[in-house]
Amino acid sequence: MTVVESGSSKRVTGTRMLRREDPALLTGEAKFIDDIVQTDALYMVLLRSPMAHARIISVDSSAAKRMPGVVAVFSGSDLRGEWLAPMPCAWPVTVDMKNPPHYPVAADVVNYVGDAVAVVLASDKIAAVDALAAIDVNYEPLPVVSNLEDALADKNLVHPALGTNTSYVWNLEPDKAKVDSAFASAEHVVRSRFVQQRLIPSAMETRGVLAVPHPYGGEYTLFSSTQIPHILKTMLSLTVGISEAKLRVIAPSVGGGFGSKLNVYSEEVLALTLARKLHKPIRWTEERSENSLATIHGRGQIQDVELAADADGKIMAVRVNLVADMGGYLQLLTPGVPLLGGFLYHGLYDVPAYSFTCTGVFTNKTPTDAYRGAGRPEATFAIERSMDALAKRVGVDPAEIRRRNFIAPEKFPYSSAPGLVFDSGNYLPNLEMALEKIGYKEIRAEQERRRAEGSRKHLGVGLSCYVEMCGLAPSKVLGSLSYSAGGWESATVRILPTCKVQVVTGTSPHGQGHETSWSMIVADRLGINTADIEVLHSDTAIAPYGLDTYGSRSLAVGGSAVYLATEKVLEKAKLIAAHALEVSPEDLDYQDGEFKVKGSAGKSYALSSAALEAFTAHDLPEGVEPNLEATVTWDPPNFTFPFGTHIAVVEVDEETGQTDLLRYLSIDDVGNQINPMIVDGQIEGGIAQGVAQALFEEAVYDESCNLLDSTFIEYLMPSAAEFPSFELGNTVTPSPTNPLGVKGVGEAGCIASPPAVINAVVDALAEFGIEHIDMPASPEKVWSAIELARLSGTRVD
Amino acid sequence: MFPASFDYVKATSVPDAVSILSSVEDSKLLAGGHSLLPLMKLRLASPSMLVDIGSLSELSYIEDKGDYVAVGALTRHHDVQNSRLLKSEVPILPYVASQVGDPSVRHRGTIGGSISHGDGASDLPAAVLALDAKFVAVGPKGERVIPASQFFVGFLETVLDLDEVLTEIRVPKFSGGWSYQKFNRRAQDWAIVGVAAVSNGSTKVSLVNMGSTPLRAVGTEAALADGASIEEASSKASDGIDPPSDLNASSAYRRHLAEVLVRRALVEALR
Ligand SMILES: Cc1cc2nc3c(=O)[nH]c(=O)nc-3n(C[C@H](O)[C@H](O)[C@H](O)COP(=O)(O)OP(=O)(O)OC[C@H]3O[C@@H](n4cnc5c(N)ncnc54)[C@H](O)[C@@H]3O)c2cc1C
Repeated sequence: MTVVESGSSKRVTGTRMLRREDPALLTGEAKFIDDIVQTDALYMVLLRSPMAHARIISVDSSAAKRMPGVVAVFSGSDLRGEWLAPMPCAWPVTVDMKNPPHYPVAADVVNYVGDAVAVVLASDKIAAVDALAAIDVNYEPLPVVSNLEDALADKNLVHPALGTNTSYVWNLEPDKAKVDSAFASAEHVVRSRFVQQRLIPSAMETRGVLAVPHPYGGEYTLFSSTQIPHILKTMLSLTVGISEAKLRVIAPSVGGGFGSKLNVYSEEVLALTLARKLHKPIRWTEERSENSLATIHGRGQIQDVELAADADGKIMAVRVNLVADMGGYLQLLTPGVPLLGGFLYHGLYDVPAYSFTCTGVFTNKTPTDAYRGAGRPEATFAIERSMDALAKRVGVDPAEIRRRNFIAPEKFPYSSAPGLVFDSGNYLPNLEMALEKIGYKEIRAEQERRRAEGSRKHLGVGLSCYVEMCGLAPSKVLGSLSYSAGGWESATVRILPTCKVQVVTGTSPHGQGHETSWSMIVADRLGINTADIEVLHSDTAIAPYGLDTYGSRSLAVGGSAVYLATEKVLEKAKLIAAHALEVSPEDLDYQDGEFKVKGSAGKSYALSSAALEAFTAHDLPEGVEPNLEATVTWDPPNFTFPFGTHIAVVEVDEETGQTDLLRYLSIDDVGNQINPMIVDGQIEGGIAQGVAQALFEEAVYDESCNLLDSTFIEYLMPSAAEFPSFELGNTVTPSPTNPLGVKGVGEAGCIASPPAVINAVVDALAEFGIEHIDMPASPEKVWSAIELARLSGTRVD
Repeated sequence: MFPASFDYVKATSVPDAVSILSSVEDSKLLAGGHSLLPLMKLRLASPSMLVDIGSLSELSYIEDKGDYVAVGALTRHHDVQNSRLLKSEVPILPYVASQVGDPSVRHRGTIGGSISHGDGASDLPAAVLALDAKFVAVGPKGERVIPASQFFVGFLETVLDLDEVLTEIRVPKFSGGWSYQKFNRRAQDWAIVGVAAVSNGSTKVSLVNMGSTPLRAVGTEAALADGASIEEASSKASDGIDPPSDLNASSAYRRHLAEVLVRRALVEALR
């Protein structure tokens, strides 16, 4: 597999090089936001609404203000006039989208449990927390909107001034007549309704902010546990009204995000605003149960999915109607998230007609936004569950129905009905490899044996074939989707006088290992050691341009920019070498740190000489500037489309309803791999997160919209003990979209795994005539479904 | 999550702990802290003073006393789990201890803390209840011995006085069969329902998380005493019991689980 065009005879790309980030992380040396010492900072804590929907009649903070250590207490009305603009939403998906303004602290009405109503600043944390109890807020309760059906019915309104709970209706239906006629003439129509439960992203590190005003000059440094220091800087400038030229944003070590830190949050705006107002450093650290309420949630959708197919099970059309829960307000990307999946409800199948509608509605719950996979897990779940239903209807094995519908390899680049161009793919060999490796036939035989025996431990096997789109991406396309930013990425490669290399990237890693991977790319191209390469990032004063890390974009876009900048700097070094050797640049080859004249043995010039020459500038060729540095801002021509097959094998205990995940195998095709160990790590974590959605996790609300599981006692985030060892494998289909041939892997695992697991559970329960179990497939849910099947006599013996 | 402010003192001996408890209002013993500290952080408990008995090594022992094994109240779950004496004389107890939480919980949490906390959802209280263990408590008026069957009285409530220290757990040796069935979702979780069965002449069965205290499955025990089959006896697992409903399980599902798990426990214990 060729990964990087190499200037090295000792290739490191493609090897399982250990991560350079890990020693600091494993020894506790890494500095997370709470490790940053700022002795004169005031601690900020927020009083959060215990009511989901209420009018704030009064906020009395006089007692709290008198408590020891308390410096200031502000209500929402106290802070009116501090903001330049409301909290930003950067994705107005339709021209008439309704986006009611909201501010860091509510002044009139609270819209979810956890909405901030007052802020306390104190000289220490405990004093600040103690003062919360002394603030007296008088609420007038308002009727709540607690579920999507009620939201659509507009009986009660979250934002009465809008006259509706609907924020937007977004439609993608390139050829309605074609869809209608496919459904009219179809032999099989499969209709399903799926619920994507709300999920709490639960990054290992909660959020935190430290806003530091500089003593003179009106400058500020803001540290935040964020995925997006660059976007945050621009947005803070626009909302707080501090010039972008006077604001530096730093993301220190960040303990995971999964999309939940791809946002601009109230606390960031508030800390900066109060640092300006009091001219004091302000710090805030989120508590875990606060994180459950005040950090965005993921998913929260009802999906109505219809497939039209001919007698052989060949799909003629897909029609999807989605209702998506926005929560109480729109956050940075809230409305766009379900639409990221809106182009992919036909999966990796060749489907000629397509229709997708999404209605985004407000509810009195925590706002939703991007959570690992963002839209694509939902789409994959819908199509892969529907494929199993179609297989049953047609009377063929789930593997066979997929074979019949795959996009054929010769059709790439494939123009999909919804309007994307899939870069590359070869689906059938990937599926066959997965079936072979798991021993699909043997598992089916064992399943039959158990059924014949009347075993109460039912075996189930579930397939999930997926394609996703990542590497966000062409700025033009994002523009056509009304997204308020581009999709490019920037990189600078600088060869220092001693021939050590600085790489500056606009991506912002928070666990992914960019420092390792980026250094591997540069090491191979320059033929030098990774140890001689330093990777700088996540500080707007050091890496001024970038669009940060989300949507599995960093390697495909940012890594490619690094590669291209390395090429560019090498071109410049070549000019210097050619000048010194008195040959023309075309006559030079480059390998392992040396330029050599083609054919003539012995004549060579070291990269280190070029580095020093570029620095001293004593004898540079005509028109060549001093310094060896190149910057590339790369805007890819297309998204990338990783794909693969995941297979789950489960055992369901009929008596308790408990599902045991016995085996989990994945064959992923993420294009070329820079560091397969990092790829495996991303896949494994993703699978665990997806299985968590399938079997364990759900943000549960009562009818008054109280979150019932805000701690890890109730919110069942699984641990390694709940999983078997995953069996991982790959096929490699390079992407033609970028110079590295890479596709992206950050989200694949959690996109593929929920339907694999639920398909397996439903397969295990086939004897009972059970056709679906909503996620999470808890033991009680499974047991109840079995009981119901017994009562209604659907059991097929 | 920050607890309200409190004072802290390290007790030098059991009598010292008793005397602080009786003189300082709202003071509370701190053993492993793995039940008390979470409550304090959630501000569901706010004692004025913590009396730390965590380093009283004289309360950490496992000793052979002839027909019973004496376990010091401060013995960590990890030590119960790995005790050779208990493994041979009261094998159910080390097994149950191995099912508590995760390794870090088992290295900090103590058997005395778990029993004094009296949580109906905890594993060890139900096990000692099925074992008909006895507890030794020391207070200002001296020492008393309390049978497990009289110890647990309500939600996080036991017969211990506020100024009493539980010092020892006396578990009778037995040679018959036993079983512990713990049903939960994640390895480190409390049981959604748990069942302990000990067969030593008669068969005793206790239930975890079926009520506000650990409970004996009296319906099952009576049926077995009357010679009922395992199937029949397990169908009476929740007779007279009204199990709670929560996010993990409705009351009806708990009843069902109790029946399944009691049956499995009896099959294993009476094999
Ligand atoms: C993550 C986690 C998972 C857990 N999982 C489980 C589980 O699966 N099953 C399970 O059973 N438990 C579980 N626990 C609870 C754990 O077993 C506790 O350690 C135990 O319940 C209490 O013991 P402790 O020594 O920590 O008591 P502490 O928390 O120190 O004290 C608990 C209470 O008992 C009192 N007390 C303590 N010692 C004495 C004494 N000698 N005399 C009188 N009063 C005393 C204290 O004043 C306090 O009121 C878990 C705990 C955690 C944090």
